[in-house]
Amino acid sequence: MYLYDDFDRTLVAERVDEFRDQVTRRLSGELSEDEFKPLRLMNGVYLQLHAYMLRIAIPYGTLSADQLRTLARIARRYDRNYGHFTTRQNLQFNWIKLSDLPDVMADLAQAGLHGMQTSGNCVRNITTDQWAGIAPDEIEDPRIFAEILRQHSTMHPEFSFLPRKFKIAITAAKHDRAAVRVHDIGLRLHRNGAGEVGFEVIVGGGLGRTPFVGKTIKPFLHKRDLLSYVEAILRVYNQYGRRDNIYKARIKILVHDLGIEKFAAEVDAEWQTIKDGALSIDPALIADIVARFCYPNYESLSDQPGELKRARSANPRFETWFRNSVSAHRVSGYAIVTLSLKPEGAPPGDATSEQMDEIATLADRYSFGEIRVGHEQNLVLPHVAQRDLPDLWASLDKIDLATPNIGLVSDIIACPGLDYCSLANTRSIPVAQELTRRFSNLDSQREIGRLHITISGCINACGLHHVGHDRILGVEKNGQEFYQITLGGRADEKAELGALLGPAVPYAEVADVIEDVVAAYVELRERPNELFVETVKRIGVEPFKERVYATR
Amino acid sequence: MPLVKNGKVVDDPYVRILDDAAIADDTSVIVPAVRLLADAGEFVQRAGATGVLWQNDRNVSELSPHLDRLALVALVFPNFRDGRAYSQARILRERHHFRGELRATGQVLRDQFLFLLRAGFDAFEVTKFTDAAAFVETIHRYSVFYQPAGDGQAPAFRRRLSKAGTSRPIIEYLRS
Repeated sequence: MYLYDDFDRTLVAERVDEFRDQVTRRLSGELSEDEFKPLRLMNGVYLQLHAYMLRIAIPYGTLSADQLRTLARIARRYDRNYGHFTTRQNLQFNWIKLSDLPDVMADLAQAGLHGMQTSGNCVRNITTDQWAGIAPDEIEDPRIFAEILRQHSTMHPEFSFLPRKFKIAITAAKHDRAAVRVHDIGLRLHRNGAGEVGFEVIVGGGLGRTPFVGKTIKPFLHKRDLLSYVEAILRVYNQYGRRDNIYKARIKILVHDLGIEKFAAEVDAEWQTIKDGALSIDPALIADIVARFCYPNYESLSDQPGELKRARSANPRFETWFRNSVSAHRVSGYAIVTLSLKPEGAPPGDATSEQMDEIATLADRYSFGEIRVGHEQNLVLPHVAQRDLPDLWASLDKIDLATPNIGLVSDIIACPGLDYCSLANTRSIPVAQELTRRFSNLDSQREIGRLHITISGCINACGLHHVGHDRILGVEKNGQEFYQITLGGRADEKAELGALLGPAVPYAEVADVIEDVVAAYVELRERPNELFVETVKRIGVEPFKERVYATR
Repeated sequence: MPLVKNGKVVDDPYVRILDDAAIADDTSVIVPAVRLLADAGEFVQRAGATGVLWQNDRNVSELSPHLDRLALVALVFPNFRDGRAYSQARILRERHHFRGELRATGQVLRDQFLFLLRAGFDAFEVTKFTDAAAFVETIHRYSVFYQPAGDGQAPAFRRRLSKAGTSRPIIEYLRS
């Protein structure tokens, strides 16, 4: 976990003062709403359907127990006792008063948290693998570079008014849990033929109205050149990205219009003029950032201790949870534990103040005071000694955070939808809630296997619906809520956009259709471990379409 | 529109010239880009200073053959959300080493001042009088900068390295 120093704290405190002044000027009428809007957006403040919404950055998804307690306190004091974890490693509060916002930000700053650049047309919160630093299949900790990029892009004087928002994601593992191919810039740390570690740079991926899988612009970029190369991409985009049409303003459209070769040539020409300048990252700088990350003092333990073995054979419920929610850690004797924020019938990603406080206590007791937030809207205790797993499970079970549905059909990703969001056309949360009820039987969920359902309430795709295996997109038709269903997308290293199943279906029928699709998959798959996406790839959407629409 | 230079509201010594109006030899003028590019010879060896108004959709590197003769380049913010001129400013200052006056014009509001200054602007045609009056206070709101830019401020990571060993992270969240 990165430890703030005087520089970081001073900057965040200065930002709070500035925001307080901006709110005062807005409340006095000196600033019009139009002038205030981009300023509040750059601090994570949206005007939603019912109230202002505050989005808080959780850089690279890492939170300390104290930070989580701060979030719980803010939810209790200024909101309605809960927060919503999003698909972008952020937390949202939905009911905060404008006049309270400066105080909320000041409280957050005390804990080293802020809402800076969680919205607006700037470089957004840099995201990465929620298992960064602990995944067995990782070559380096990608958070070091996420932090370097976070600092570099914070209040960047040139790139705070880009044509549109800009999202960067980093992975360093073989299995991509950060969805780097569907970001404006995706960075994949890997080793080249000479054994050096550097970045594959991917550009122009994204979802929304015009989805694209990103293209590789540089197969291998030396670490030293990370900032200068990213700056060159941003500079080309800032000057030539479209500003006449909000739907065509993302970098993916520029890359698509110019073609990747021409775009790469523009970036390279720009890069040549700056690559050896002040942005060159020397090893001392990297070492300094590494030194600011603190890692747990692991005990030397062995895998599968007696406490764990005994609990696994004695308690079938524990065994089920262990198999579903516990993953291998790079350090022997430790484990990664995912806490499901998707219990049956609940809005995906919500956590109450009480749950946050409990999780903070458990993190202190069992996970070196650290928590992670993943883009699947679940939380993670990253460093749990395996011998503590039975006790941890018992505590989680008590507060409804041990639903063993991670990666299964009821582990649904959903945007806030029309219940909160002013952009949405349809509701998402009730669809997700209904689906978790339909698929509440864990035995049949396990039989279905790994299957990701994602739901977005509008074309902007906050629910990442394009890359869900089975995805649902809400659209409005003649004032009614309809849902398009698409099959076969994925966001990992084999990123692919899905294909449309058929005509959109009304709200009342969505859950039925999804049930039919899942039943068809179970029938059509070649073998029990053929993933849903693989089945769709093999036989196409037609066989699904026949079954679903035949009876309608 | 008040003009801010060196932190103070000052009178503007320049006159804006439209496309083909006559220009007196000893007047300091700002001419449109098309006029400069059409006949750059017109502006050689004038007694008055010459500046150019450069739109934000025009490649700023086209200016490089003329920069020696220009005392001022005015870059445009059609609205404050359109940030192209920040890149143009940095390219002029950092790549073409333009040392004349770099002026921000268009919709220029208080909350852009620091970004503009850091990108290399040193003159500001500010939209509102109250914002112009708050210029000095506004640019001193921040004392820490994370990235190098055109203003030569040392970014935090260099400052950290230069005082290595003395700056200690203070927020300790781990159990001891």
